[in-house]
Amino acid sequence: MSLVSNTGALLGKELRTEFRSRELLTTTVVFILIVIVLFSFTFDPTSDESRRFAPGLLWLAFLFAASLMLQPCFLREQQNDTLSALRLSVRDPFAIFLAKLTANTLFLLLTELFLLPFFSIMYNLPVVRVLHWLVLVFFLASLGISIAGTALSAISAQARMRELLLPLLMLPLLTPILVASTEVTKSLFDRSPYVQWKGIGFLAVFDLVFLTALWLFGEYLLEE
Amino acid sequence: MKREAAPRSVPSRGSSVMPPGFSPVGLRFENIDKRYGGLLALRRVSLAVAPGECVVVAGRNGSGKTTLLRIAAKLVRPSSGTLNFANTSGEIEPGAVRPGFIAHATMVYDELTAEENLSLFARLLGVPQAQKRVEVLLHDVGLWDRRASLVRTFSRGMRQRVAIARALLHEPSVLLLDEPATGLDPQGVAWLAQQIRQLRDSGRTILMSLHGESEISSLGTRAVRLDAGSIAADTRAGASFRSILTFADA
Repeated sequence: MSLVSNTGALLGKELRTEFRSRELLTTTVVFILIVIVLFSFTFDPTSDESRRFAPGLLWLAFLFAASLMLQPCFLREQQNDTLSALRLSVRDPFAIFLAKLTANTLFLLLTELFLLPFFSIMYNLPVVRVLHWLVLVFFLASLGISIAGTALSAISAQARMRELLLPLLMLPLLTPILVASTEVTKSLFDRSPYVQWKGIGFLAVFDLVFLTALWLFGEYLLEE
Repeated sequence: MKREAAPRSVPSRGSSVMPPGFSPVGLRFENIDKRYGGLLALRRVSLAVAPGECVVVAGRNGSGKTTLLRIAAKLVRPSSGTLNFANTSGEIEPGAVRPGFIAHATMVYDELTAEENLSLFARLLGVPQAQKRVEVLLHDVGLWDRRASLVRTFSRGMRQRVAIARALLHEPSVLLLDEPATGLDPQGVAWLAQQIRQLRDSGRTILMSLHGESEISSLGTRAVRLDAGSIAADTRAGASFRSILTFADA
């Protein structure tokens, strides 16, 4: 019970501080928008070309944006040593991770859904028919990115060269998510769209495995 | 120019009242070593703090005071040795003790208001009647009029008062104060001394690190000096308070 109530309180804090500063959302939206617009103008792709490479481009932009978003996740807690205050206050340290990864998933999902219409227009890809499937892929992939990214953010925040360490650790670890979500998204943008269940299953298993690992070992990541 | 509301000088409703079922808790450090890479921050520290004792830990910069307090707060795991908590009826599970901790850093969020900060930590700590408790503490620390202001707009002294209120939210039986007067003006130091006096008189166990003699150090019932990670002097072993605080025989 205390896990749920502590997670709720911490999630409220995460959302309140972000919506007050809009620091992370603004950075990621601008970054992804630049990538989408830049590649669209550079390659001026036909519809078929877009179907082939736009899903990869989209997920690459999401992944880099996520690394920008996840960097300050635990760094901000070091500014006034608030992480120590949280550790002294919560009964279960997993609540700290759960709140952060839920907030990160929400922020990523919001960013992705906000930018989807722009992507659809710039690359001339219809999204309405497969929107519910896209939302599912976005959710599963964002959750996976957030779970692994939040854990790695906790590790890198305590290290020297922390700004370099997170992308170095995160990008290789998240390559399987990038591949799976790109494949599923590609199948949804096909001329005759279909759902690639293997990819969706992979994303779900990835999320489950990493969430369990974080639940079991997360406490050690917070130690000084 | 920001005006700081003066903290209350009347007896506090927030910290001096002994909560029902309150039982003073003591700490026992046994052969504690703490190593950070090649640096030995604490070496074979053994210290028993009796329930209700107010111990001043003095020492030069880098002597291990902060490390000792962070181990007591269970924020840092010792490399070897043990830390036990006990009350009058015997040993207590370390997880059952949640000390109030005031550190160098304020440990509050700049992007939240004073009230939001205290409400958040009150919820996390499971404080009963949290809102009422937050209001009492905001009055006590003299920040009631600024409760809706973001902490980042506060002076250092005001932030420290929020930090003190946060540490007292759950009426902890053990208080760990790491140079608690940091950033406070003389009026703030006098107020803090009065708060600590009330907490000490209500039976709370206090372990505080300080530099030199002050109004706050005079509240100690015992003093120990750390030197290069080891306990070099203790009033219980016959050293004088003054010599410990001023490093007279160091």
